Amino acid sequence: MPEKSLFAPLIAWKNLFEKPVTIRVPNEKREASPRYRGFHVNDWNKCIGCGTCAKICPTDAIEMVEVPDMKQDYGMKPQRPVIDYGRCSFCAMCVDICTTGSLNMTREYIFVSPNPEDFRFAPTEKGFLKKEPSQIKLGWVRDENSDLLDLDRVWPEVLPAQERVTSFVEFVKAYSKEQAVAEAARCVECGICTDRCPQHMRIPEYIKAIWRDDLKDALKWLLKGLESENYLGANPLSSVCGRVCTHRCEEVCAISHRGEPIAIRWLKRYIVDSIPVEKWYETVVFERVPKGKKVAIVGSGPAGLSAAYFLATLGYEVDIYESLNRPGGVMRYGIPRYRLPDEALDRDIAFIESLGVRIYTGITVGKDIPFQKLREAYDAIFLSTGLVLGRSTKIPGSDHPDVVQALPLLREIRDFLRGDGPEPKIAKRVVVIGGGNVAMDIARSLARLQKMKYGEVNVTVTCLERTFDEMPADKEEIEEAMEEGVKIYPGWGPKEVIFYPDRDSIKGLKCVKCKEVFDENGRFNPKFDESEFCFYDGDMIVEAIGQAPDYSCLPEEWRSKLQFVGNRILTNNLRQTQIPWLFAGGDIVNGPDIIHGIADGYWAARGIDEYLRGTERP
Amino acid sequence: MGEVKLFFGPNHPGMHGNFSVHMYVEGDIVVKARPMPGFLHRGFEKLMERRLWYQNVALIPRICVPEPDINEACYAMAIEKIARVEVPERAQWIRMIVLELARIANHLWSFGGIGGPTGMYTSMYWAVADRDRVLDIFEELSGARIYHMYIVPGGVRKDLPPKLEDKIYHLLDYLEAKIPEYETFILKNRILHTRLKGIAKIDTETCLKIGVTGIGLRATGVPYDIRKVDPYLFYDKVEFEVPTATEGDAYARISLKPKEIIQSIRIIRQCLEKMPSGPVNVKIGEGSGLRIRVPRGMAYVHVESTRGEYGYLVVSDGGEKPYRVAVRGASYPQGLYGVEHLLPGTRIDDVPIWLDSMGVCAPEIDR
Repeated sequence: MPEKSLFAPLIAWKNLFEKPVTIRVPNEKREASPRYRGFHVNDWNKCIGCGTCAKICPTDAIEMVEVPDMKQDYGMKPQRPVIDYGRCSFCAMCVDICTTGSLNMTREYIFVSPNPEDFRFAPTEKGFLKKEPSQIKLGWVRDENSDLLDLDRVWPEVLPAQERVTSFVEFVKAYSKEQAVAEAARCVECGICTDRCPQHMRIPEYIKAIWRDDLKDALKWLLKGLESENYLGANPLSSVCGRVCTHRCEEVCAISHRGEPIAIRWLKRYIVDSIPVEKWYETVVFERVPKGKKVAIVGSGPAGLSAAYFLATLGYEVDIYESLNRPGGVMRYGIPRYRLPDEALDRDIAFIESLGVRIYTGITVGKDIPFQKLREAYDAIFLSTGLVLGRSTKIPGSDHPDVVQALPLLREIRDFLRGDGPEPKIAKRVVVIGGGNVAMDIARSLARLQKMKYGEVNVTVTCLERTFDEMPADKEEIEEAMEEGVKIYPGWGPKEVIFYPDRDSIKGLKCVKCKEVFDENGRFNPKFDESEFCFYDGDMIVEAIGQAPDYSCLPEEWRSKLQFVGNRILTNNLRQTQIPWLFAGGDIVNGPDIIHGIADGYWAARGIDEYLRGTERP
Repeated sequence: MGEVKLFFGPNHPGMHGNFSVHMYVEGDIVVKARPMPGFLHRGFEKLMERRLWYQNVALIPRICVPEPDINEACYAMAIEKIARVEVPERAQWIRMIVLELARIANHLWSFGGIGGPTGMYTSMYWAVADRDRVLDIFEELSGARIYHMYIVPGGVRKDLPPKLEDKIYHLLDYLEAKIPEYETFILKNRILHTRLKGIAKIDTETCLKIGVTGIGLRATGVPYDIRKVDPYLFYDKVEFEVPTATEGDAYARISLKPKEIIQSIRIIRQCLEKMPSGPVNVKIGEGSGLRIRVPRGMAYVHVESTRGEYGYLVVSDGGEKPYRVAVRGASYPQGLYGVEHLLPGTRIDDVPIWLDSMGVCAPEIDR
């Protein structure tokens, strides 16, 4: 037993004179700490509705709810998180993983209501307690330590510029398995990419399959898409798109708001490159019921091949007519080999042919075979002839034989490289006019040929657009071209081809300063400042300022029945023209883009199927 | 007089949480005691198998509510051990500070808890008010007072906020001045002596037999402390003592708690001094929080909680979720075997004293 002390209780008594430790609610309020994990705020202007917060939520407290009247835009879903505070554990993982940083927590923590529904709400920038945003004190916000996203892309091996310019070898190497899995692990499966892709490829699904190292499943997602929805999202040209797609998906990737987007294109390439094409046949099997009807396709570019693929899966007999000697269109004859080797394209075409599609090459419809004959022999026709004619600047001197069009030259170069044709004329100094991807393709191809033949690069690119940002070419194309020694001067309009006095050979190109490319209505209407001009040396000038369609295969009687927008054919959603049995797609409908062409092929196949099932041939 | 069955459960102020004991009594002497868990069974271990590695950080603090950080530390350290990840030095010091602050908070909490079964309510008022000061620090540090969710696989979630170190020093000074008051006013109090001395005794042999560790074992004279015998984090780089007593009764155990608090204060001071600046976490695996994978393997990690050895066995099959997580709750032996074997023969009113002084935390048993 302890000693009895008379004074021990005095220790307790002294507390009588101290401030109470308790708080008199509601008269006294206690401010929460600056990091407090209280009620949420969500800036709806920044939020893209990706739903990553709902996926990480350990207690399933967040639900993504469609918001009516929300403006629909690419890269954004019309849904916002709704938080159930009956479930929320205030762990702030939603804040740490938010792809845009729109979701944060506040220091607010007191709310009383008899109605349970009040505890379920969609936070806005006004927060749970509907205060003015300026009065809300933020609590827990993400910082670089608590960040749950992986913002840095895994880059594939890329040959250095000095090395790649000496040959036409594909300079971006394929992902290794480790690289691909690491890159796939960054995905948050929001599906914003799927919404943006013209073909609505099932991107999150195949990325997840890569992450799980189930490549067969990944290949099925690529080649079959959503099986239950008529193969929506399938892409028969995955080897091509895995290399040269314009990857709009990556532009809208949720990760791109704070970091580098997922390398969706390289991941797709990883799938198709990792499985030999012989294995594709056993992995992806279609149950086809022959429909007993025949469809002709004019042109074997992306749209034509895609339409053939989907029509074949539906059980139609498909014949493709191609005027050139090899199938593939722009993929075979336009895009240079260092970006898209023949082997990749051959693989895709081999798989399409394995479904029973017949490709007749070297046959020009309208010349070797009359259009009317196709009309008689087939139940429907799909027109995908593409943009094959080059445009000329029509400046003085452009009629000289050394002023050439980019597209035919690209074709000659590719034929030469695969041994199909003679070596094209390669000048020591070249000026390329144009700021698009074709201009970059031809500039970089010529740079390679110059390097191989003369040992040095001398290619100058000039275009009307005043800055690199305005140029329609991909940013990476421009950068890579410059690394390879191509000189690019934006903001100049071609004025005149300058010749040596004998007028036999070209001395160079005179340009004037371009002040404006588009007028206030957004139309192409360049304005020049004639007082400022410059001169580029060149023995040869290449024009790469756009392409035009060639409708010569179509007899006048049918052409007059079609409607055109500019020089593009007007179709309905299912790519049906004003002539019920004639469908069209690809560049002649939607402008130059491979993945758009593939989407056109898909919808046209569905349209043709719908049309042929509805009509019996008389 | 015949045998009567009494239900001693969450309805009783002396019971700790959602746990119950079925007591068969004759008069006021317990003849037979059956621990009855089940009120709390949410199946934490099973739930973990259905959640992502990272999501579990929000679930595990619930396995010991008053001292959640040991769960986070064990879970994180086990994953780091499997994934062979080296945690930055600063994060390890911060973890030690967090763990020791949690120890202080929990000792104060159970110090307050003894007020219920003994009727010494001053102890409860004082200790709970002082514990709140520790929770204020946790709120500043982690954004929450109870479920901190602060220690994560790979390190800690955020660095210390500015000026927190000063606040911790201030708290330590305050507690250091306050602990002697606890000792004079509460531990020397006659009520506590009468109610605790010689009550709820346990000897070393029984402790070792049923697996009691922590204060329960140390009060019988065995200086067994995981921080000393198998140092984790940087416990081998700080100086502290392991206070022991020999009586093995409730009073010995309660009187060890202020002594342990003093040692914790010592440790935190050293941590604050030795802590370098630098990063506070590393990535456990590649990718986003949704896709963290832990390589195949298993690891057991144990730490010293206020109630004894606290351990996590984590098994990974290389997937995005744990294959199995098993928790060694520190109060498992005293809460189940202790109740069953040592309560018979004691009086009804001594049962809550056993539960409190041994530190029985229901969710650890009922997990």
